[in-house]
Amino acid sequence: MLRLMASMRFREDFHVRVSMTVNGRNVSGEVEGRTLLVEFLREGLHLTGTHVGCDTSQCGACTVHVDGMQVKACSMFAAEADGAQVATIEGVAANDGTLSAIQQAFQDHHGLQCGFCTPGMVMAAASLLKANPKPTEHEVREHLEGNICRCTGYHNIVKAIMAASGQEMPALAAE
Amino acid sequence: MYAFDLERPTTLDAAVKAMAAGGQPLSGGQTLIPTLKARLADPGKLISLHSIPELKGVSTDAEGRICIKGATTHGTVAAEAVAYPALAHLAARIGDPAVRTRGTIGGSLANNDPSACYPAAALGSGATICTDRREIAADDYFQGMFATALEDGEIVTEVKFPVPQVAAYEKFIQPASRFPLVAVFVAKFADGVRVAITGASETGVFRWAEAEAALSARFEASALDGLAMDPDHMIADLHGDKAYRAHLCGVMAKRAVMHAA
Ligand SMILES: Cc1cc2nc3c(=O)[nH]c(=O)nc-3n(C[C@H](O)[C@H](O)[C@H](O)COP(=O)(O)OP(=O)(O)OC[C@H]3O[C@@H](n4cnc5c(N)ncnc54)[C@H](O)[C@@H]3O)c2cc1C
Ligand code: FES
Ligand code: FES
Repeated sequence: MLRLMASMRFREDFHVRVSMTVNGRNVSGEVEGRTLLVEFLREGLHLTGTHVGCDTSQCGACTVHVDGMQVKACSMFAAEADGAQVATIEGVAANDGTLSAIQQAFQDHHGLQCGFCTPGMVMAAASLLKANPKPTEHEVREHLEGNICRCTGYHNIVKAIMAASGQEMPALAAE
Repeated sequence: MYAFDLERPTTLDAAVKAMAAGGQPLSGGQTLIPTLKARLADPGKLISLHSIPELKGVSTDAEGRICIKGATTHGTVAAEAVAYPALAHLAARIGDPAVRTRGTIGGSLANNDPSACYPAAALGSGATICTDRREIAADDYFQGMFATALEDGEIVTEVKFPVPQVAAYEKFIQPASRFPLVAVFVAKFADGVRVAITGASETGVFRWAEAEAALSARFEASALDGLAMDPDHMIADLHGDKAYRAHLCGVMAKRAVMHAA
């Protein structure tokens, strides 16, 4: 067990103790009631792959999985993840660094430019493909409604996810 | 955010006791957390409803109503309220997948955002909102923008929806927020049609009496021809002015009738 949050400023009078599994590892620490899950991950555990794009629940850069379900880590308190299994982008590739099929497809299909949105996109895609292994292009786009990308124009992200699902991507309208 | 205590009771009884000691419910947090971040609320203590199994789930009661516990997420309603397809469909299009993982029906109805989806379903279905204290008919529950019949500390525990013969929810999405710009819920029961509109009025969700009368006489989109919504109390913002929203009410109501199933 790690004692976390040592580097985080928190008020003793409002603290809560939390334990959870993050990418298969047991972690615990003390947080405030108001500590967001994304703060616990980034500042407490130094898992900075989960990005904060907006902090207003709009952009999805902070998407992680909690008990297998997609959530915005900026819109959930760390204390509410007590006892949960959390998965972040850091746990997606194999231990030897081999990319997952989704990550590899993002690379192959140029599904990223600056990469800021990518951790959230990959986590959202993983949750889609788990529930729906062969989505239509429309379903991919609908599923990404809560993930904003300022760079790519989305086409290559959709292509990457279709490819990761083992499907040929038909020509896209705007190409 | 201002600092606060966060309690996580595991029974409704414990939550009610905690509320009595002062505090605000936290359900999915999809509205409350952004509000807290903006320092628009300083609750001192939040009582999380997330770990209370008796506040979750979808079932059917002896009267055939679909009963949804207060802390049931939009995602669960989308997947499990299959006996009321218009309701499941509404839940499946709230926000985005992550919002649907966390956001709950109780939170949505307690908040009563003038553009929220569930208020239209509850009012349009003539649902009953159950709390830790009483049962409230939807017609009495919604009392204007962000205003409800809930008293201080009252918890929405369950919502019971009578299932209409056919119904549909048509949502004209405001693409930046993914809330409705205007959305209409139409439900046809044996004894008449109910039409509830969200996103349009400065007084929050409301029933459109003229459309209900016309559709109760003849359940066809053309029955709404010539009916005009008074733009007077419509919301006006950068996404649409009063006249635009008034016009959309008619358009979306017709679409709902055409798609009612
Ligand atoms: C990006 C985004 C898009 C969205 N799009 C839509 C949309 O298209 N349509 C839509 O309808 N909504 C939308 N929402 C809002 C979403 O549905 C919220 O989940 C919902 O409005 C509030 O539910 P909650 O469970 O998250 O409540 P919370 O945020 O936890 O609470 C909201 C309020 O209700 C109170 N409360 C919570 N539960 C109860 C209860 N059981 N009894 C009494 N009081 C309670 C809280 O104290 C608080 O004041 C969106 C939100 C986001 C972030
Ligand atoms: S940082 Fe969480 S949604 Fe943008
Ligand atoms: S790649 Fe830059 S925001 Fe998506």
